[in-house]
Amino acid sequence: MTDIRYLAPPTLDEAVRAFAAAQGAARILAGGTDLLVQMRNGMVHPGTIIDIKKIPEMTSITEAADGSFWVGAAVSGAVLAEHPRFGKVWPGVLEAINLIGSTQVQGRASAGGNLCHGSPAADSVPAMVAAGAVLTIAGPNGRRTMPVEAFPVGPGRTSLAAGEILVGFTLPARPAGSGDAYLRMIPRTEMDIAVVGVGVSLTMAGGVVTAARVGLGAAAPTVLLVADAAKVLVGSKLDDAALNAAAAACSAACKPIDDKRGTIVYRTKVAAVLLKRAAAIAADRAQGRA
Amino acid sequence: MAKLHVTTTINGEPTEFLCDPSQSMLDVLRNSLGLTGSKEGCGTGDCGSCSITLDGRLTCSCLVLAAEVGGHEITTIEGMAQGDELHPLQQKFLEMAALQCGICTPGVLMAARSLLEKNPEPTETEVRFWLAGNLCRCTGYDKIVRAVLETAAEMRSAA
Repeated sequence: MTDIRYLAPPTLDEAVRAFAAAQGAARILAGGTDLLVQMRNGMVHPGTIIDIKKIPEMTSITEAADGSFWVGAAVSGAVLAEHPRFGKVWPGVLEAINLIGSTQVQGRASAGGNLCHGSPAADSVPAMVAAGAVLTIAGPNGRRTMPVEAFPVGPGRTSLAAGEILVGFTLPARPAGSGDAYLRMIPRTEMDIAVVGVGVSLTMAGGVVTAARVGLGAAAPTVLLVADAAKVLVGSKLDDAALNAAAAACSAACKPIDDKRGTIVYRTKVAAVLLKRAAAIAADRAQGRA
Repeated sequence: MAKLHVTTTINGEPTEFLCDPSQSMLDVLRNSLGLTGSKEGCGTGDCGSCSITLDGRLTCSCLVLAAEVGGHEITTIEGMAQGDELHPLQQKFLEMAALQCGICTPGVLMAARSLLEKNPEPTETEVRFWLAGNLCRCTGYDKIVRAVLETAAEMRSAA
């Protein structure tokens, strides 16, 4: 085994410099629930491990005066669940993050890691897509932002350039009458990987949808923003015709694989079912009924 | 390989050890510090038999690098009994025979204690979901869940 270095820089600038200096041989460590497993299985052999948990920006949750939230990339699911406000404003995002793994895993695993791992079945990502989360990314050339749906480019692949680190998520200010929800299909009740996952975020006024976003997971090589499904929901009262059209759009967006978790036919059908159910929960939350 | 020097607190005792940068906390607990109560089942965070708390938060020690714990506080199963006095959960597990082979038991006890600290009056469903990350290969879950619920009730009436 070659010499591995462990670094825990106290600032983002130092982390970026160390990451760039390692020239691709470094791995970022947040909760470690993916990285340590990959190291143990021999899938990755990092020359340097850069622990980002000493960087305040990457471990903090902040609600800004305008109502937007900052969630650092390394914030664990358990810490996010204990925040007094986050789950009230973004219950769907929180439930998606809290579905990842066991209690033990929740104590460490982060939404940032879930996204950077690049799994099409990552539970937090469709909910973040529905929420319209914007990423902050830092690298040798400074900072940039990107909508979360632009981040994954294939299974295990992201649009991070060489030397770039995901810093965190900004969730936009929430208009009154908004609600979100995330549902996934698994054959068990807990501790499994999504066969399909759907996140829906709605804003409603007088029973009419005024804004909508839909995220779809485990049904294509990447998590998808399903703009066609959102489009038919906007302006509707979530009547059957609108829900059926949105469900059909969700199925049409699917480009799944056949694997041990589900077939192409099954995933395509379930995507439609989950869209309707998640929209109903999001609508109840938007209208203060749940 | 350059060893890292780590200063931490384990079960209330200031502790120092040397580790490799890629070594897990579980490996250091068991093989450097002789704290073999935490078990290695899977080594990949699936089975929960290596459960510890890190700054009070339940986690799998196989998914923590030993290098990370400097300045933090760890508790392991070895810190659960106070001298000869068992924790009420330990006592109840014995009374109700809530174990078979015993490999998962330290992790189950650590997880159950963490639950009762957070939620002194859990429902059966809450116990089952909280302990979903603790696998018992003997499939003795029913007795485990009943022992946790009974301990919770006794601890509430004693409080």
